[in-house]
Amino acid sequence: MEKIATREAYGKYLVELGKKNPKIVVFDGDLSGATKTSYFRAEFPDRHFNAGIAEADLMGMAAGISTTGLIPFASTFAIFGAGRAFEIIRNSICYSNLNVNICCTHAGLSVGEDGGSHQSIEDIALMRVLPNMHVFVPADAVETRKMIDAALNIDGPCYIRLCRLATNVVLPEDYEFVPGKAVELKKGSDVTIMAIGLMVERALEAAETLEKEGISARVLNMGSIKPIDKAAIEAAAKETGAIVTAEEHSVIGGLAGAVCETLAETTACPVEKVGVNDVFGQSGKALEVLEHYGLTAEHIAEAAKKAISRK
Amino acid sequence: MEDLKAIAKEIRRDIVKSIGKAASGHPGGSLSAVEILTLLYYEKMNVDPKNPKMEDRDRFVLSKGHAAPALYATLASKGYFPKEELDHLRQVGAMLQGHPSMHTPGVDMATGSLGQGFSTAVGMALGAKHQGAKWHTYVLLGDGEIEEGIVWEAAMAASNYGLSNLTAFVDNNNLQIDGAVSDVMNPYPIDEKFKAFGWNVIDVADGNDFDQLRAALTLAEACTDKPSVLVCKTVKGKGVSFMENEVGWHGKGPNPEQVEQALKDLA
Ligand SMILES: Cc1ncc(C[n+]2csc(CCOP(=O)(O)OP(=O)(O)O)c2C)c(N)n1
Ligand SMILES: [Mg+2]
Repeated sequence: MEKIATREAYGKYLVELGKKNPKIVVFDGDLSGATKTSYFRAEFPDRHFNAGIAEADLMGMAAGISTTGLIPFASTFAIFGAGRAFEIIRNSICYSNLNVNICCTHAGLSVGEDGGSHQSIEDIALMRVLPNMHVFVPADAVETRKMIDAALNIDGPCYIRLCRLATNVVLPEDYEFVPGKAVELKKGSDVTIMAIGLMVERALEAAETLEKEGISARVLNMGSIKPIDKAAIEAAAKETGAIVTAEEHSVIGGLAGAVCETLAETTACPVEKVGVNDVFGQSGKALEVLEHYGLTAEHIAEAAKKAISRK
Repeated sequence: MEDLKAIAKEIRRDIVKSIGKAASGHPGGSLSAVEILTLLYYEKMNVDPKNPKMEDRDRFVLSKGHAAPALYATLASKGYFPKEELDHLRQVGAMLQGHPSMHTPGVDMATGSLGQGFSTAVGMALGAKHQGAKWHTYVLLGDGEIEEGIVWEAAMAASNYGLSNLTAFVDNNNLQIDGAVSDVMNPYPIDEKFKAFGWNVIDVADGNDFDQLRAALTLAEACTDKPSVLVCKTVKGKGVSFMENEVGWHGKGPNPEQVEQALKDLA
């Protein structure tokens, strides 16, 4: 099976959308080749605006242009978009509920060699805390396209978190994405693994391993981080009694945070968090870095057993 | 003089080798800055590689942090750490991160997010001035990097506080990632902008030439009431024929054959 990065799927799909809708414009910050908005620029040079190395201005311009009837997609690396331009996104985009589609790439540890300064492990937390914002994390190329479709249907700000690393396609082409809905990828009754992004593939792998050991694991794709599927979380707690969250993000404030916040107001349930444990990342080949920080199927399976033992 | 050229060549070779080995990194902007780094570390700065935290040392901030391989090769050549570390650039568990971090002896500030290093350098110079310390702060910026708003906020602050103990270099290689700086987001005229922000500005026609850099630094030192900036025309990828002025060599590692070719150019 051919691997494809979610940033690549984004770049290609943007061209298709651009052909259908002349109101779509794109903003980038001197990273078009990396974010893959270069494909859109090649096709529609006059609808691609390079802000230069100026992420605050990039988001500000996207906010402004969205009030003129155009539909901006704003792209840079997650660390500079969600990070550097955070307060612009808050006050100029979310406060006014503007229709800006922020599609940041190079999120998470799988950035690899560029190292800790470039590996955004806090962008979900930053974006999730903003009123009016929608936060989607695609598991693969298929879901990337579905989430972009969903974002186009939402008249308000959306943050879509994309990755540099080429990964397997794990979802079928007829996969349906509905904001606010978790998607059950595997049925199970002993434990629920909730995953996002490239951890979805690892969650499915872990569930298979557990199955062989006689443990029935449910797998939920939680790609819609905000709004989040409270009913699915509550059902998982009630029906399986143990939960594992798996994300390429800090265990603080991201998927784990969102799940635990929901559980706190519904059903008590042991939760084991697989993610980055409140430390910065480091340079290395993407898969080696993921391994180093325990973002693997093996660790998810271990966490599942631990969660079950805490029932 | 001959000596500095030989050192610069060795630093260039180490840059190419380390990025080649990592199969990832930023050769173009590392190679354009070699003379600036060599002159600073070998002639200008009061530093002690055996005592990297020496209190009254001059400070250097690589604000264009992606040129880390150039800084690392320079620090290794000065003896801050063994040269073998260069072979492990960008590897899990290794000391040398893709962008400078404080884990590396000789690194005065972690950088990589463009623009921020300049601001921290202004803070260092302010700290020295406030405490009556005599050491100097040097900072190196990219010509794409100066598109960041924080650069101009910091530039305003440096002249506001009269930080003549601060010297900035702009590595004006005319390229960023998406193309020529003049095409992507035109920063020109760079010298007039800094002048308008209250800086002592010195244009360096060839920033890969030691004599010109040295003469410009002498002019900078003569100015005692403003921060100084040297706007240095340089060649991105300098010294490696197939990398020179090629935007595509901003951020990718050469393969083994290309490393070999590059080392021939730098023989
Ligand atoms: C805040 C921020 N935005 C974007 C980047 C990604 N980036 C790394 S290098 C670079 C281009 C830098 O160009 P320039 O300053 O001219 O450097 P040089 O030509 O000397 O390599 C960009 C956009 C970054 N590191 N930091
Ligand atoms: Mg440049």
